[in-house]
Amino acid sequence: MIQLIDVSKSYNSKDMVVRNLNLKIEQGELVVLVGESGCGKTTTMKMINRLEEPSSGTILINGKDIKEIDPIELRRNIGYVIQRIGLFPHLTVGQNIGIVPRLTKNDPEKVAKRTIELLDMVGMQHEEYMNRYPNELSGGQQQRVGVARALANDPDIVLMDEPFSALDPITRDQLQNELLKLQEELHKTIVFVTHDIDEAIKIGDKIAVMQDGRIMQYDTPEKILKNPANEFIESFVGRDRLWKTPDMLRARDIMNKDYVRIGMNRPLAHAVELMREKNCEVLVVVSSSGNNPNYIQGMVGRRQINKDYDHDVRMKDIMRTDVVTVQPDTPLNEVLQLREKHKLRFMPVVEEGITVGIITETTILNVLTEIIPESEGF
Amino acid sequence: MIEYIALHWDDILGRTGEHVYLAFTAVALACIVGIPVGLLINRNEKLANAVIGVANVMQTVPSLAMFALLIPLVGIRDKNAILALFLYALLPIIKNTYIGIRNVDPSIIEAAMGMGMSNMQILYKVQMPLAVPVIMGGVRIATVTGIGVATIATLIGAGGLGTLIYQGIGMMNYPMMIWGAISAALLALLTDFVLGLFEKKITSKGIAAK
Repeated sequence: MIQLIDVSKSYNSKDMVVRNLNLKIEQGELVVLVGESGCGKTTTMKMINRLEEPSSGTILINGKDIKEIDPIELRRNIGYVIQRIGLFPHLTVGQNIGIVPRLTKNDPEKVAKRTIELLDMVGMQHEEYMNRYPNELSGGQQQRVGVARALANDPDIVLMDEPFSALDPITRDQLQNELLKLQEELHKTIVFVTHDIDEAIKIGDKIAVMQDGRIMQYDTPEKILKNPANEFIESFVGRDRLWKTPDMLRARDIMNKDYVRIGMNRPLAHAVELMREKNCEVLVVVSSSGNNPNYIQGMVGRRQINKDYDHDVRMKDIMRTDVVTVQPDTPLNEVLQLREKHKLRFMPVVEEGITVGIITETTILNVLTEIIPESEGF
Repeated sequence: MIEYIALHWDDILGRTGEHVYLAFTAVALACIVGIPVGLLINRNEKLANAVIGVANVMQTVPSLAMFALLIPLVGIRDKNAILALFLYALLPIIKNTYIGIRNVDPSIIEAAMGMGMSNMQILYKVQMPLAVPVIMGGVRIATVTGIGVATIATLIGAGGLGTLIYQGIGMMNYPMMIWGAISAALLALLTDFVLGLFEKKITSKGIAAK
């Protein structure tokens, strides 16, 4: 676990690069520091391996003040990947990966074995690449080696400073995916710095949005997207962001919580009255007795009512029971597929038998118009 | 012309030996002093400017004057010649070492620091291997210049191939003069070639120009 407590950094008395920053990074979490250039994200990261020293405040790793750890020792247990890769051009791929383990006087055979393991881990065939020089590799391959090198000492913590920003979009995407895959196996504590909010949302378990040396919001990508803490974050994240990542929209985000319910033993007249009064097209029929009177039993729409003129009939007699329900965290695309498949106009969102909301055409439209990209000219 | 070699090859060889002794001793000493100085001044830019400034001034002193200026210090003959050649060789060696180390891509140094390498390890394992071509460039310039300037060393009684040239001029012995000059030129070319091979051998394939 990494803790930054009241950490500030200034190079002269006037300009504070990092201001009273507090941040807690749990073991095994991938935390992204994101912000515009000059927001202090890189400085914050570099204070963790003491490439920068804080002007004030304390940084703890697993409860230990890093000021008390020899910087060389500290860095050997923290992997470090930088944007410009920084492979040693005079050393082969294998030598690059093995350099620090060899400095720490590890058995050369063990180092060689570990190097092979690491190359395979980052998706490079060791037979082919072990003895190549960095200038013979593409940018993407070089950064794979960079990642392998950072993992050479099997550190618990890895710092990554815009590691994929210099790569072309396709390679970047690939490496992001592979980092996520790698992280699933390794569960390192990763601090990842980027200016690219898309990247942050894609890979972060948590995101710390920074501005002027402060953390404006520190939360999961989903929560930052849905509940930006302030206008800066909203504009930084982008209003159309949800549109770009529709898989983050779930049933609970598009449902209307103010649905109208009716007891299953109520007469038809009551339903007609309710619909007129609340100006709604559909009623959720719930059990009227028992411990939980809100248990969903079925639905009644205008069609069921119009067909039947007998005013003595009760809801349980006319309601549709073949209702398709969804869970609150059912993704938007699944909701849309179900609608299409079953030709449904109304879908209750049900959590443990209780209706928490309802999805109608209107609620879907409302959400889509809210998040639709702001287009020019139309 | 050919006759001259046939008759005097031992003389030419002897003078070449003296020449090699003067120039190589001076350059070797300049390497022993200059490379560490070049490495050291990388820690402090002001010091670097001062040291390189002094070495620059040294370079501007005409060679004949340098020999003369050193007479009160070390007298004449080979001591004087080696010291003068040494002073000339310092600038290219110090300057190239300094520049070679300083021009290593900062991101490589940052990566090395971030990985937990000490300053010494960074210097020996990263900066120096990467600076080899530049440092060797300085050594080669120093050597070729030294072999050239050493031809004047005969004027202070230090011998060398310059002896053949000056005696040849004095005695109107053209073959002697020309063979002295050709030998000096060949020696410079050959030395540079050998140093080139050495440079190639100690430069990593990863940074060799393609």
